[in-house]
Amino acid sequence: MNNVVVENISKSYEKVKALENISFQVNAGELFGFIGPDGAGKTSLFRIMVSLLVPDEGKATVCGFDVVKDYKKIRNIAGYMPGKFSLYQDLTVEENLTFFATIFGATIQENYHLVKDIYSQIEPFKDRRAGALSGGMKQKLALSCAMIHKPDILFLDEPTTGVDAVSRKEFWEMLHNLKKAGITIIVSTPYMDEASLCDRVALIQGGSILNIGTPSEIIAGFEKPVFAIRSGNTHQLISDLEKYPECESVYPFGQYLHFIPKNDNILIDSLSDTIHERHPEAEVFQVKPDIEDCFINLMKEKK
Amino acid sequence: MNNTAPLIKVRDLVKKFGIFTANDRLSFNVYKGEIFGFLGANGAGKTTAMKILCGLSKPTSGEASVAGYDVYREPNKIKNCIGYMSQKFSLYEDLTVKENIRFFGGIYGMDRKKIKIKSQQLIDKLGLTDAADKLIADLPLGWRQKLAFSIALVHDPGIVFLDEPTSGVDPITRRQFWSLIYEAASQGITIFLTTHYMDEAEYCDRVSIMVDGRIAALGAPKNLKEQFEAETMNEVFIKLARKKTHETNSYKNESFDK
Repeated sequence: MNNVVVENISKSYEKVKALENISFQVNAGELFGFIGPDGAGKTSLFRIMVSLLVPDEGKATVCGFDVVKDYKKIRNIAGYMPGKFSLYQDLTVEENLTFFATIFGATIQENYHLVKDIYSQIEPFKDRRAGALSGGMKQKLALSCAMIHKPDILFLDEPTTGVDAVSRKEFWEMLHNLKKAGITIIVSTPYMDEASLCDRVALIQGGSILNIGTPSEIIAGFEKPVFAIRSGNTHQLISDLEKYPECESVYPFGQYLHFIPKNDNILIDSLSDTIHERHPEAEVFQVKPDIEDCFINLMKEKK
Repeated sequence: MNNTAPLIKVRDLVKKFGIFTANDRLSFNVYKGEIFGFLGANGAGKTTAMKILCGLSKPTSGEASVAGYDVYREPNKIKNCIGYMSQKFSLYEDLTVKENIRFFGGIYGMDRKKIKIKSQQLIDKLGLTDAADKLIADLPLGWRQKLAFSIALVHDPGIVFLDEPTSGVDPITRRQFWSLIYEAASQGITIFLTTHYMDEAEYCDRVSIMVDGRIAALGAPKNLKEQFEAETMNEVFIKLARKKTHETNSYKNESFDK
């Protein structure tokens, strides 16, 4: 069953084209990620799906309801956590949660079981004003507030942006628990490494979807070999590799450089021999491409 | 690198807000031309320490100097000889590229002639000739970030502080940004940066990891990975930061910072 169906959506702001002919579907119970940098169009797309923005062209439905005609129904069944912290800073933790429950005609008591895992972590601070919470706590409160009316589907716009690696990990653990409870989750993120935590992802850039699929399908679609190379002198190594006639592209990738050859059939031995001429201590080995390799490659193809 | 005099010198630095200790006896040096990654969880005290090093806040106790100037007595001298860039505030969107360069050059007391020469150099280097008279608001984010970095260097500072400079930037631009960082470092400029991208921690010469206001680890990425028996800096970070109890005691720091 499809929970979200988006067909040929476009949206422009004056001269800026934010979204260009976007189409995709999300299945019920799926954890679906939009992976892309700032300005890719993620927020516009989310705002259209939660009925806060009307598209210029195209059609979208959420749980069978049209985002334009049936917007009131969508607001009842969707939970939305905007990218910007949008709770009331001068209300306490508990007041915020009560407020969001009440406007949807719910109470904390009846839906407490849904938010218990998350909310219980911040409950000891329920009398603290939301504005005085740390980043990680704000995030937990915002997620609790988006959940308290028992939505069928959750839209989380960049919930982990600017959040440290540990809190990000914890947040994804919470999302996996919600998924187990049967909630459909659509989430966006600029962190490429979070793609592997989703069932399916859409890579998005400049208002268009570059690719869509499970993380392993996307990686399988990257047909070129990728070599990881490391030596003591990274800068020299990059500039030497760039001059190498076989070089399609070379770029830093964590502690290694990633080297993509022009010729798919290049032999690792001949590559490492060439590199060892100038960098005798260099490590060279083939690696599986990462989502970020795929993203870089798709961006280059698009240009 | 360690045989030169440190450009940033911090000894037993403490910063308290009421009963809350945001920075607890920090000690480290940063050397000329070094790329120093200042890592830590949200609320670990990074911004507090960075504000002190930029001359914007005074420590409660301890010693700190930047480019030879004392943070207690000479904060304005420090401000003159450092560059600063953050993801959140970098350029004026309703000014053009040229106007932003002129504005920041003017703030640092550069004369008109020098600003003119620098503007041209900078625009040529970044390939922004056609965009020189465009508003910042009309530039793609990637260009803005590269321009913001170059403007942070417009007055030839010895040190530049970069606060999450690549947050939300696409993977190609992020790498182009890092080549600008490397280039600046190779010219002897000291780079002091924060980031949440752990792959970028691998690109630094040395990193420190703050946990609950203290420096829990300090060293070259390679050495830290050996020391903590980890494959990547992400693992090192998670191993260290997992121990902390930051949700319960760091909120005051966070609310002060933001």
